[in-house]
Amino acid sequence: MTLPMSKPIITLSGITKTFPGVRALHKVALELYPGEVTALIGENGAGKSTLVKTMTGIYQPDEGEIAVNGEAVSLPSPHAAFQRGITAIHQETVLFDEMSVAENIFLGHAPKTRFKTVDWRAMRDKARELLGEIGAGHIAPDERLKDLSIANKHLVAVARALSVDADIVIMDEPTAALSFKEIQDLFDLIDLLKKNGKAILFISHKFDEIYRIADRYTVFRDGEMVGKGLISDTSQDEIVRLMVGRSVDQVFPKTQVAIGEEILKVSGYCHPTEFADIDFSLHKGEILGFYGLVGAGRSEVMQALFGITRPSKGAVRISGEVAIIRGPADAIEKGIVYVPEERGKQGVVTDLPIVQNISLPSLDRTSNRRGFLRLVEEFALAREYATRLDLRAASLSQHAGTLSGGNQQKVVIAKWLATQPRVIILDEPTKGIDIGSKAAVHAFMSELAAQGLAVIMISSELPEIMGMSDRIVVMREGRIATVLDNNDDLKAEVLVRAAAGITEKAA
Amino acid sequence: MTDVTPEARHIPDRLDSPLRAAILSWPALLLVVAVGLFVANSFLSPYFLSPWSLSDATFNFTEKAIIALAMALLIISGEIDLSVAAIIALASTMMGLALQFGVGTPGLVVIGILTGLFCGMFNGFLVTRLGLPSIVVTIGTMSFFRGISFIVLGDQAFKGYPPAFGFFGQGYVWWVVSFEFVLFLVCAVLFYVLLHRTNFGRHVFVIGNNPMAARFSGVRVERVKFILFCLTGLMSGIAAVLLTSRLASTRPSIALGWELEVVTMVVLGGVSILGGSGSIPGVVIAAFIMGLVTFGLGLLNVPGIVMSIFIGALLIFVIALPIVFRMIRERRA
Repeated sequence: MTLPMSKPIITLSGITKTFPGVRALHKVALELYPGEVTALIGENGAGKSTLVKTMTGIYQPDEGEIAVNGEAVSLPSPHAAFQRGITAIHQETVLFDEMSVAENIFLGHAPKTRFKTVDWRAMRDKARELLGEIGAGHIAPDERLKDLSIANKHLVAVARALSVDADIVIMDEPTAALSFKEIQDLFDLIDLLKKNGKAILFISHKFDEIYRIADRYTVFRDGEMVGKGLISDTSQDEIVRLMVGRSVDQVFPKTQVAIGEEILKVSGYCHPTEFADIDFSLHKGEILGFYGLVGAGRSEVMQALFGITRPSKGAVRISGEVAIIRGPADAIEKGIVYVPEERGKQGVVTDLPIVQNISLPSLDRTSNRRGFLRLVEEFALAREYATRLDLRAASLSQHAGTLSGGNQQKVVIAKWLATQPRVIILDEPTKGIDIGSKAAVHAFMSELAAQGLAVIMISSELPEIMGMSDRIVVMREGRIATVLDNNDDLKAEVLVRAAAGITEKAA
Repeated sequence: MTDVTPEARHIPDRLDSPLRAAILSWPALLLVVAVGLFVANSFLSPYFLSPWSLSDATFNFTEKAIIALAMALLIISGEIDLSVAAIIALASTMMGLALQFGVGTPGLVVIGILTGLFCGMFNGFLVTRLGLPSIVVTIGTMSFFRGISFIVLGDQAFKGYPPAFGFFGQGYVWWVVSFEFVLFLVCAVLFYVLLHRTNFGRHVFVIGNNPMAARFSGVRVERVKFILFCLTGLMSGIAAVLLTSRLASTRPSIALGWELEVVTMVVLGGVSILGGSGSIPGVVIAAFIMGLVTFGLGLLNVPGIVMSIFIGALLIFVIALPIVFRMIRERRA
């Protein structure tokens, strides 16, 4: 390696950040060097985004120190970070759609005239110059940002970084929404930034990209830094092993259940933009895991199945009969229910009592035939399922929004069980909930399967997916990459490879 | 799972007794205000307490209150209809037009009510099918519906409604009890049952609180909203029949500015302008309060323009009240 023996521009040490019930970061360290790209690698939930937010002044660390050029700094706001020369380019760029390219580049530090008004001419000229430097001369400074492609928005964000002479550029999954050609252009630009001595933090799940562009890597797992080094010294297998760790040994309350007859069959399922050629089947008593990276299309498939969106092609059979699902009401009637990932927005109605949340899809059963409510039946139904799920609440009239995340999740699950479904789809069922509730949800899933329900579980957590599933569908970029039987021989590495698109023996 | 473990906790239905909750509720406070106004009015004028003047006092709010009942449901669901007064104008114009062709009393009533229903369907279609925001749609149809009235009528007025038609706005069911007032009470009971005692009403609340979660729970959000727009149009059509009958004439400026008074009534009744909460008893009491205030100001010979200032101020006051309360509570916490 010909890397210069330079000093890091920015050093993070002992950074700890805790949210209620969750330890997002625990004494992590990170260094970025001038003229080098450092890849930050880790599973979803490993703490990468939290670290980025800490570096850009959005979050304040509970403990630890951030030093820029050897000098300890505090970053109380995004603006403070920006002034320290730290800029970030996000997956979906956080710029202002309704403003012009030049305004976006110079927002907050526009060139001024003698009268302290914005010097529009100088701003446009400088913007044109900056865009030219990064090979983006095709973008006119006067264009509205919303008219640009995502790739071009990234270029504007880079120009913004250069406009303040930022030393540190953070790129959080910048390639997620780009085409192959655009990715190549972005890499050329990163090479240019490297030559200009910028320190770049590059976050990506895609190993081919990391090996193409990065000089160093840092691996996070469960909020801790578990490894770092030079990319050229390290094999892909090594990095995958660091990501996965040995946390799969955790005990899961998975009971062995005899798999029954096929209850759901999806074939040739396609959507114009989100997924294509989805085929899978689901049996009574089975827990079918869906693993993949964020954006692999797992939730989109399930939401189509639940009638939220319409697929363009394909068939769904329930117990052998073709099912036409026009909306969630149809899906519920046919026995398919969906526990959404966005619990607060799509799952519970926070300002209504628990009882009304649980009874909502079952009102037809608790009311009389003419559609009049019967409160006694409603409370009885809510109590039955709240008790089954061991809900911790002061009363059934308590507003659902006052419950903890875990108990809110129990309310959503109770709501669906009360409809007596045949297929229950759980989308990231334990995301953001405390350990105790997590275990309760896992135990309950096992029990449901044992009672003959068919369960689909989307999860981005390897231990969970491997601890709970009978079979695992791995999705990548809107398609099914592979379907695996979950037995003792299955290795986590296989799943990670399939999800990230690393071909066997590539390393 | 049927074997409930001994330590399974019992979760009570509710902690506060329903009676306590009712006493501390907004409608209870409104009731106190209404009683206070009633007493004040009886001091202001020696004639107020006579049965006939009490009966007269009801006429100035029952038509608006009938619309407010449906509007309450619409606002709870997170939508609004500002075209209600224009619907009255159009429905009244259609009745007047039919009158010119010799249509009799039953026909006039049907035409008035159906015009209202069609206007509501039109609003509902634009909001739920095309996904347009209701505040914009109904400001548009507000001009549109009344514009048609102006084109048909110009500066003319339709007069000469048959005497039998006068019953709806001027007739009495028993002694001093007017047909309008009885109709309002019957509608109030029906809407109370619809909102507070049926699955449909529950869906209205859920949609107003969180339309996304409602959809994810299998509630047919668009259908419920469409029905609510139709109901509001229908009630506006009924109000048009009552008002046209009471005035025995139709002018294009009929019911001008009523949408504000209807919305004020609804919000004063404790319906959140942001949707999601409210009650029919609150709206009914608010209707009485508005009637008492208008009548009281009339007894004091306050001119109409001051009345409109008062209505405007009241609207801002009741919308601001819960927000100011919350600010105070948060500052204390």
